[in-house]
Amino acid sequence: MRMSLLSKIWIYFLLLVTSAFVFFPVLYAFMISFMTGPEIIQGKFFPESINFENYTKVFSRLPLMNYLLNSFIVSASVMLGQLAVCSMAAYAFVFLKFKGRDFIFFLFISTMMIPWEATMIPNVFTIRKLDWFNTYQGLTLPFFALAFGTFLLRQHFLTIPKELHEASQIAGLSRFAFFWRVVLPVSKTSLVTLGAYGFLTTWNMYLWPLLITTNQSVRTVQIGLKQLQSQEIATEWGVVMAGVIVVIIPTLLLLFLGQKQLQKGLSQGALK
Amino acid sequence: MKRVELIDVSKSYDKQVDVISNINVTIEPGEFFVLVGPSGCGKSTMLRMIAGLEEITGGTLKIGEKVANNLSPNKRDLSMVFQNYALYPHLTVQQNITFGLDVKRMKKDEQHKKAKEVAEMLGLTDYLDRKPRELSGGQRQRVALARAIVSETPICLMDEPLSNLDAKLRAHMRSEIRRIQKSLGITMIYVTHDQVEAMTMGDRIMILHEGKIQQIGKPIDIYNYPANPFVATFIGSPPMNLAKAEFHETDKQLIIGSEFKLNVPAEEIGKLPRTSMTIGVRPENLYPTTPETKEEDTFHVEVTNVEILGNETIFSFKLGKEEWMAKWGGQWHIDIGDSLPVHMEFESLSIFDEQSGELIKKTIDYGKYVSNKEVPS
Amino acid sequence: MTRFAHFWRKSVDGRAAILYLLPSVILFSVFVFYPMFRTIYLSFFLTDQTGNAAIMVGFENFMYLLGSSEFQNSMKATGLFVLYTVPITIILALFFALLANEKLKGIGFFRTMYSSTMGISVAASSVIWLFMFNPSIGMFNRLLSVFDFPQIQWLLDPEWALISVAISTIWMNLGFSFLILLGGLQNIDEHLYESSRIDGAGYFYRLRRITLPMLSPTLFFIITISLINAFQTFGQIDILTKGGPSQSTNLIVYSIYREAFINYQFGTASAQAVILFIIILIVTILQFKLGERRVHYQ
Repeated sequence: MRMSLLSKIWIYFLLLVTSAFVFFPVLYAFMISFMTGPEIIQGKFFPESINFENYTKVFSRLPLMNYLLNSFIVSASVMLGQLAVCSMAAYAFVFLKFKGRDFIFFLFISTMMIPWEATMIPNVFTIRKLDWFNTYQGLTLPFFALAFGTFLLRQHFLTIPKELHEASQIAGLSRFAFFWRVVLPVSKTSLVTLGAYGFLTTWNMYLWPLLITTNQSVRTVQIGLKQLQSQEIATEWGVVMAGVIVVIIPTLLLLFLGQKQLQKGLSQGALK
Repeated sequence: MKRVELIDVSKSYDKQVDVISNINVTIEPGEFFVLVGPSGCGKSTMLRMIAGLEEITGGTLKIGEKVANNLSPNKRDLSMVFQNYALYPHLTVQQNITFGLDVKRMKKDEQHKKAKEVAEMLGLTDYLDRKPRELSGGQRQRVALARAIVSETPICLMDEPLSNLDAKLRAHMRSEIRRIQKSLGITMIYVTHDQVEAMTMGDRIMILHEGKIQQIGKPIDIYNYPANPFVATFIGSPPMNLAKAEFHETDKQLIIGSEFKLNVPAEEIGKLPRTSMTIGVRPENLYPTTPETKEEDTFHVEVTNVEILGNETIFSFKLGKEEWMAKWGGQWHIDIGDSLPVHMEFESLSIFDEQSGELIKKTIDYGKYVSNKEVPS
Repeated sequence: MTRFAHFWRKSVDGRAAILYLLPSVILFSVFVFYPMFRTIYLSFFLTDQTGNAAIMVGFENFMYLLGSSEFQNSMKATGLFVLYTVPITIILALFFALLANEKLKGIGFFRTMYSSTMGISVAASSVIWLFMFNPSIGMFNRLLSVFDFPQIQWLLDPEWALISVAISTIWMNLGFSFLILLGGLQNIDEHLYESSRIDGAGYFYRLRRITLPMLSPTLFFIITISLINAFQTFGQIDILTKGGPSQSTNLIVYSIYREAFINYQFGTASAQAVILFIIILIVTILQFKLGERRVHYQ
């Protein structure tokens, strides 16, 4: 595609201005995180010097390391749990023939229509009954089954030629071996997409940890931010922003690395 | 090397009409057996029933004297090559070839040795570490072949393995598959829709149409003596020309397509039915006239299309509603609209019963013998 | 016996399927289906402090809600919020996606910038925006003072609070919408553009006649998701405004949360949850009904 120089310049201009706007809040927070109190009040954009005082402060005020670890454990468990549960279900929907398959699939899809917030009240009671308040299983288990994930993987599994299944039947592969040695490796891209999506959404989860954690033992960073914000609000914005930067770095990195993958994978799951 | 026997085999879905019915055939050990028919005739279904990928709903399948109806695919001691090759995209060529051996828990070094042997046989040695997507169509096809060969099963099934290749490569692979099959002595069951493949590769071929066997036999016998008009038009290119014909008692003539009149030799008159019949004549048996040709065996036709292929010339003309084709050796200067004299002989006709389609009269044997070969009596 | 053997052999896939589906089925039953029915059940009761159904009141919870000005206000705020956020988010995201779909040097960098907000949690974004909206040291009021405009009390002013929350939400949702739309744009067959180029079509003609129709399934998907997401907004409310000032940002999920876990009125909270469920059901069904006619699937 050939483009005239003028339209190229024009597009670059638009790209630069708009993306600067979009990224500005993050950059701003980043700058603030290095500023001292007076600098912030003066309303500067660039800090006078890069000092990490706010970062050391935020780690001393809050068990932030603990929260980060909790968030990591919770996000990784949900990611792995979703991959396991969803891929098994998707395998059954694609490669096994059984009565009522369409009906069960419809039931799965129908869960997408139920907003999670509409079910949270009984879910909190369930967790209480199981005595799972302030536990990892309470934070993670309810999210292992995911209709969207099952659907995404099913779409990918459907593209596997049925001859591959037949060839492995002739080779004498058991059902599970076919699932494990052929289906999963062949669907690596979709698994990565779903994994990144699961990790990202769990890391950013807010309402459920707010309801399920009452002390610091398994509390996640998002709730930590709320805590930080309500403690420090009036005085030390620099410390708060340092906390913000610490919390968003893992997911931003994940997003930067997996942006292409995520974009392809999600739009595929959305459409077919 | 095992025998495969199908006894009264049929297949239906949801207890509806049979898609395949009354298949009775014995495929001999070491035989190259080709299943051929137009798409949707049930040939792939039949192959998949032999493989165990489809349930057999009626009849008996025996593999090597053992009833195999309910055996799972891997217990049937066979290998299969698929049309789209079914290579595992995440495995290298080497791993693809040894996949089946690995499932059977063969030792690693033995796997490597076998893979190497087979790769050498098929010219894949340089590609063992590549992934399927880095290979050309022909190379993928060879990997699929290698995977079947390395399993050393006595029976090999192939489902249109060459249909994704270009014409030149296809011709080459035809002879290569044939060569490998002969040298390993495996029983081959080969499905294709391409009659050229069937003719050139098969020891015997079976023609299927709408789930029923039309004819089983050696390729040349099927070409010469097609059992019914379907086979006659399916095998051979261009296909056999067909037309309705009636015997005119008083003139002792066969009236073909109510236009051509052909004298019937006296000794043949008794064999002809008195009702109407279907006659067929191969395009190569419509000859150019020579000075010796008798006027009553000559027809004048108006050319509607011409194809000059270099070594032969094919032209079409209308006979009633049918379009007929004639094939003359060499290059002929013929134009559309020309009126040509064409010569036809009663001996070269195939005659089918109009109702049952059964072959009533065969053509004579046109096979020639090389001068130093003994002619069988 | 042979009949049993036959049945056993034929049902082998079914038995395997049970195993493979069991984890999903159990989890869905415990954490989706059961609580959904339980929520509906609770919505017909008055409950005690621990959430047990105490007195059956029929539709009274619903009648009470529909009559209460607090709930009406919450519904109105939710509706306005959806109206403010969804169209603008999608139009902006589409604009960015169109820009980022040009094949230019360094385009990957811009794509990353646009999608960055997807990697930032609601809590973190809210804290950043809380600072930017700060009336005395936040950058918005600083900008206003630079241009000599009157100062705005953003989150503290009932007139402005909902708009402020909406602005921050648009920013938060941009990344995800952008990624999905860019993915949709890249799925469009390049040949379509080439043939239209041969016909001499201009940029906006191509946009209207090729890009948007071919993108319509993706647009349809992202509109549905954005609508549903907007109805489920919670985190930014909790951090930015806590539903205030004077309930102007008391969106429905926040209202459910407050009713249930602060006021311990599980019956009325459940009734609100049922209403939320019905709204989302209607939105989805409407989307599909309208979408079916409009969307060009490839």
